[in-house]
Amino acid sequence: MTPLDVQRARRDFPILDRTVHDHALVYLDHAASSQRPTAVLDAMDDYYRQHHANVHRGAHQLSAEATDLYEQARQVVARFLGAPSARSLVFVRNATEGINLLARAWGDANLREGDEILVTVAEHHANLVPWQQVAQRTGARIQAVPLDANHRLDLDAFRERLSPRTRVLAVGHMSNVLGVVHPIADMARMAREVGALTFVDGAQAAPHMPVDVQALGIDAYTVSAHKMLGPTGIGAVWVREDLLEAMPPFLGGGEMIHTVEIERSTYADIPMRFEAGTPAIAEAVGFAAALSYLESMGLDAIWDHDRALARYALARFDELEGVRTFGPRGDDRGGIVPFVIDGVHPHDVASALDAEGIAVRAGHHCAQPLMRALAVPSTVRASSYLTTTEAEIDALIDGIVQARDFFAMPT
Amino acid sequence: MSLMEQIYKTVILERSRHPRHHGALPDPATQHEGVNPSCGDELRLSLLTGEDGTITDARFQGHGCAISQASADLMIDAILGKTHAQARDLAHNFKSMIRGEAHDTDQLGELRALSGVQQLHARVKCATLPWTTLEAALAGQEEPISDER
Repeated sequence: MTPLDVQRARRDFPILDRTVHDHALVYLDHAASSQRPTAVLDAMDDYYRQHHANVHRGAHQLSAEATDLYEQARQVVARFLGAPSARSLVFVRNATEGINLLARAWGDANLREGDEILVTVAEHHANLVPWQQVAQRTGARIQAVPLDANHRLDLDAFRERLSPRTRVLAVGHMSNVLGVVHPIADMARMAREVGALTFVDGAQAAPHMPVDVQALGIDAYTVSAHKMLGPTGIGAVWVREDLLEAMPPFLGGGEMIHTVEIERSTYADIPMRFEAGTPAIAEAVGFAAALSYLESMGLDAIWDHDRALARYALARFDELEGVRTFGPRGDDRGGIVPFVIDGVHPHDVASALDAEGIAVRAGHHCAQPLMRALAVPSTVRASSYLTTTEAEIDALIDGIVQARDFFAMPT
Repeated sequence: MSLMEQIYKTVILERSRHPRHHGALPDPATQHEGVNPSCGDELRLSLLTGEDGTITDARFQGHGCAISQASADLMIDAILGKTHAQARDLAHNFKSMIRGEAHDTDQLGELRALSGVQQLHARVKCATLPWTTLEAALAGQEEPISDER
């Protein structure tokens, strides 16, 4: 396997030439949103310059071209995820919307009082709130798998919480705070043994590693394009085909219908049944371009780079006095480092880093239950991706030392 | 002066470490909560109003960044002895300054130390959290305010 060509990758991202507060940008907030390579910008620009028209029902050449590009994009996403067919690959606005689709269209029709939805304490709010809402509507209960002392999922606790009442396991593939990758294939197998489905939130994992939904043995997988070099405003949810076939619609409107009368309608076949209204066509084209770009760089190479950077960063963090990191050490740990500087609020740390051109995130990272489990109100979070270099990690460490010393200064 | 020195003036660091008005007040003081949920800043403001309608005592509690803590402490310095109407006016003026809009500099006094926050858009909500909590308190709002704007 060819190692990742980071310098070549960096040349493909125009925004990396930016300066911020008179410093070269050091972008370490990829987990919040990744940046766009020129291949994606060019693909979307070309679409609007040469091919745009509305899709699916047009009677002219441009609409045929736009439809082909949109449906080709669907094929690209399905293949990227290892799905057996694009027929159950639905375009949505983002992973959050994909999870809402599952919670409503599957959850409302299938969950009853006393049923259990199993989540984890490490979930992003996107993979918690929709399940809370369907639990409130249906009378189902939510159970949460805790972390162990190493900040991995406590698999003994997971086994204990699985029961014949468990109808679905809703779990993130990689934690957007801890960078840990959960053992999805094993968990899905155990869930299946008690008759539960497994719906995986892949927003953070799919950008960083090869994903094969068939090998994982799961029933649904959600992704957001903007976390994986694509544009904002589009994502996808893959659902096991027979499951999606049986699901009633999510959003209603045009495109998802077959025949419409005043008081009733019949609905379209999948996947169109779940794509109401004019879709984000240019964004789908950009999404496909992003995935092609990732494949050209190599997902295995990207994942190796991710983990190597995590090891490098954590080793540098370990040298620092008065700074704590979270998350496990090991091959299941990607390039996300949450940390706190003792006695300094994460927001103040983030500003000190921002003043040096270093972009990180501070807060609860849409994971308030996880913050409680870690016993901190908030953390700083630095996250890497395929364009991140060791030099950028070094700049981060220097910035942290400066911040720590600035806030420790006697007044 | 570095950007950090421009924003985190000595008085801000000092007040965030050694606030003068930290704590809570018992009844009949009113209690009000403000939250900046995007960053984890929480503020609980206690206000005691005298018979003459002036603010006779105020305290704040909660955990937050240096900017929100210093802003709260300096705010209380500024509103003690003021009427509700004067305090509301001051709040409006402070928020104008922080947002880079026209404002009355003299009225702000020591609060001008927070003017550097204008340069870090992401931190404006930290500086204004205590003030929007105050405004809610003066308006008699029961619900905790959430400063997401």
